[in-house]
Amino acid sequence: MAYFLQQLINGLTLGSIYGLIAIGYTMVYGIIGMINFAHGEIYMIGAFISIIALLVLGLAGVSYVPLALALVLLTTMFFTSVYGWTVERLAYRPLRGSHRLAPLISAIGMSIFLQNYVQILQGAREKPMPPLIQGGFNVFESGGFGVRLSYLQLLIMLLTLVLMIAFTTLIAATRLGRAQRACAQDIGMAALLGVDVDRVISTTFVMGAALAAVAGLMVTLYYGVVDFFIGFLAGVKAFTAAVLGGIGSLPGAMLGGVLIGLIEAFWSGYFSAEYKDVSVFVVLILVLVLRPTGLLGRPELEKV
Amino acid sequence: MTAASGLAVDKAAHTPFDWAAVIKDAVLAALVATLLALPLIGLQTYDIGGGALGIRTHFDWVVMTAAAVFAGRLAWQLRPRRAHRREGAGGSLFTRLAAWTSRQTSAIALIILAFAVALPFLPFSSRYLIDLGTTVLIYVMLGWGLNVVVGLAGLLDLGYVAFYAVGAYTFALLARDLGFSFWEALPFSGLVAAGFGVGLGFPVLRLRGDYLAIVTLGFGEIIRIILLNWSPVTGGPNGISDIPRPSFFGLPFARSAPDGVTTFAQFFGLEFSPDQRVVFIYFVILALALVTNLFTLRLRKLPIGRAWEALREDEVACRALGINPTNVKLSAFGIGAMLGGFAGCFFATRQGFISPESFTFIESATILAIVVLGGMGSQMGVVLAALLLVTLPEFGRAFAEFRMLLFGAAMVAIMVWRPRGLLAQRAPSLRLAPLPRPDAPR
Repeated sequence: MAYFLQQLINGLTLGSIYGLIAIGYTMVYGIIGMINFAHGEIYMIGAFISIIALLVLGLAGVSYVPLALALVLLTTMFFTSVYGWTVERLAYRPLRGSHRLAPLISAIGMSIFLQNYVQILQGAREKPMPPLIQGGFNVFESGGFGVRLSYLQLLIMLLTLVLMIAFTTLIAATRLGRAQRACAQDIGMAALLGVDVDRVISTTFVMGAALAAVAGLMVTLYYGVVDFFIGFLAGVKAFTAAVLGGIGSLPGAMLGGVLIGLIEAFWSGYFSAEYKDVSVFVVLILVLVLRPTGLLGRPELEKV
Repeated sequence: MTAASGLAVDKAAHTPFDWAAVIKDAVLAALVATLLALPLIGLQTYDIGGGALGIRTHFDWVVMTAAAVFAGRLAWQLRPRRAHRREGAGGSLFTRLAAWTSRQTSAIALIILAFAVALPFLPFSSRYLIDLGTTVLIYVMLGWGLNVVVGLAGLLDLGYVAFYAVGAYTFALLARDLGFSFWEALPFSGLVAAGFGVGLGFPVLRLRGDYLAIVTLGFGEIIRIILLNWSPVTGGPNGISDIPRPSFFGLPFARSAPDGVTTFAQFFGLEFSPDQRVVFIYFVILALALVTNLFTLRLRKLPIGRAWEALREDEVACRALGINPTNVKLSAFGIGAMLGGFAGCFFATRQGFISPESFTFIESATILAIVVLGGMGSQMGVVLAALLLVTLPEFGRAFAEFRMLLFGAAMVAIMVWRPRGLLAQRAPSLRLAPLPRPDAPR
C-alpha cells in the first residue's frame, strides 16, 4: 500500500511534466492539424535555458530560493517562447496551405537542427544541477516504509494545477482564447470573419513553448541532469499523452499526461525499468485500437 | 493562403521601395536573433569539476549573430524579384526541371542506370566512392519501399526503420543460430518483416493519418528497445557480429578458402583483392534496388496499385466504390515492410555487424525525408533525394560536428523552398482524354 502510494506520487509528478508538454502538441494540432515534432526540442531548450538562468542568478548572488525560482521561471518562459515563435515563423508558416506532410518533414528537420545546435553550443555531456529544493514530509507510514512527498513534487503538481487553471480560463474567457477556438473549428471561416489567423497561430506556439519551458525547468529541478537528447523521448511521450487524451482537447492532454506518468511509474515500480517506454507505447496502441478518438476526444466527421 | 502571399509579392513588386519598412524589418529580425542567441550562444555552460557547472560568456558571438541576421534579412528583402511568378507557367528552374524529368523519365532512368552500372569501372572510381554508392543505393531501396506506403497508399509511417531492423536481425539470427547464408536468408528476412508489417497493420490501419504516424513511431521504438534489452537473443547493445558475407553463387570472397571451396578469385583466375567484394556488394544492392523499382512500377499498374492511389486521394469515395480500405492498406503496409526487410538483410551482410544503434528514429526520419523531399510518389525523386541526403553529410565531413546541424537545416530549407518535393510533378497514372490542364486542381 505504501509502495503503491509512493509510485502514485511519483507518477503524478512525472505526469504533470508530460501534461504540460502535451498541451503544446494538442493546441497546435487542434488549430493547424500538424504534429509539431520540434516541440520536444523546445522543451529541451527550456531545460537548458533554465540551467543557464539558475547559474547566472547564482553568480549574481540571488540566494533567496523563491525569488530565484520566480525569476528563473519567467526568464525561461520568455526566452523559450522566442524559440517557439521563431520555429513557427521560419519552418511552418511558409508551408501553411501546402500538403499535410510538408510541415511534418520541416518539423523533423527543425528538431534535428535544434538538437545539434544545443549539442554544439553547450556540449554533449550531461549537465548536472545540484538540488535546489530539498526536504519534504512523510505522508504516511506503514510497515517501516514511509511514503514521502517532497516539497519539489508538491511544487511541481501545484504549479501545473495553477497553470492549467490559468490556461483553461484563458482559452474559455478571453478574446484570444475565443479566436483560438474559432481557428480550431474552421480556420478558413475564422480568417473570413476577421481573425488574424497568423497571429493566433504564432500566439499558440508561444503559449505552447512557454508551458514546455516550465516543464523543462521542472525536469531540471526534479532530475538534476539535463542533456541535449532529452527532448526526443519526452516529446514522443507527450505526444502520446495528447493522443491518449484525445488530441485537440486541453483537459485531455493533461489527463493523458498524468496517465502516461502513472503507467511509467507503476511499470518501473512493479515490473522492469528497461521496458517502461514499451509499456507507454503498448498502452497507446491499445487505447487507439479500442477508442480511436482518445479518451476525451470528439469523433471527427469526415467531410466529402 | 497561397493566393494571399502571391498578392503580397505582386504588391511589393509594384509599389515604390519602402526603405524605412525594410530597415525596420531587418532590425526586428536582428532583435529576435539577439534574444535567441543571448541564452544559448552568449552563455555557455561547462564543467568546472566536482559535478558542478560554470558559465562562460560569448557576447561577441551574440553580436555577430545579430549582425549576420540583420545583413541576411536586408539582403533577402532587397533580392531581385520577378514581377509575376506563378506555378506552372514558366515557373522556377526546378519546376521546369521536374516537368522535363517527368516527360523524359525513361531516358533519364536509363542514363542514371548506365552510370550506376559503370560506376565501379570508371577511372575516378575508388573504394570510398563505391562504398558511398552502396549507402546511397540502400537508401534508394528503402525510399522506394517506403514510397509504396507513404507515396502510393498515403499512409504516414514514422517507424519504417522497425522493418529494416527486423530484416537485419532475422538474417543475423538465422546466420548465427542456423548457419544460413545471405541468399538463403534473404526471402525469410522479407517474409518476417512483412509478417511484422501485417501484424502491426491489422489493428492500427483503421486509424486516421496522424494517429497512424504516432503508432508507427511507437512501434519503431518498441522494436529498438526490445532489441536493446533482450540480450540473450539479440546481444543487447553489443549487437550481433560476424554476420556472413554474401557469396557469388557459392563462391566466397576470401583470400584463402577452407578445403573443398573455391574462392571467387581462384575460380575466375584473378588476383585476390578486397575490392572485389566491395564491388560485388555494390552490384547486389543495385540489383535489389532495381527489382524493388520494377516490382513497385508493376504493382502500380495492377488493380491493387490503383486502389492504393485511389485510397490516398479519397478514402470515402473508395469505400463507396466497394474497395475494402483495410485490406488495401494492409497490402501496402505489408509490401512496404517486406521491401524494408530485404534492405535490412542486405544491410546486415554488408556491415557484418548490427546493433540497435543503427535503427534509431533518425533513420526513419531520413527515409521519410527522402520520400517526401523527392516528391511523393516519384521514383526518380527518391533517387535524387537519397543522393542529396546521403552525400550532403559526406561533404560536411570537413566540419564534422556541424554535419547533422546542416542536415536538419537542409531538410527545413528544401521543404520551405519546394513544399511538394524536389521532383513533384505527379501525373495521374490513368488519364481520360482529353488531357486536362496540367495545373488543374485535383
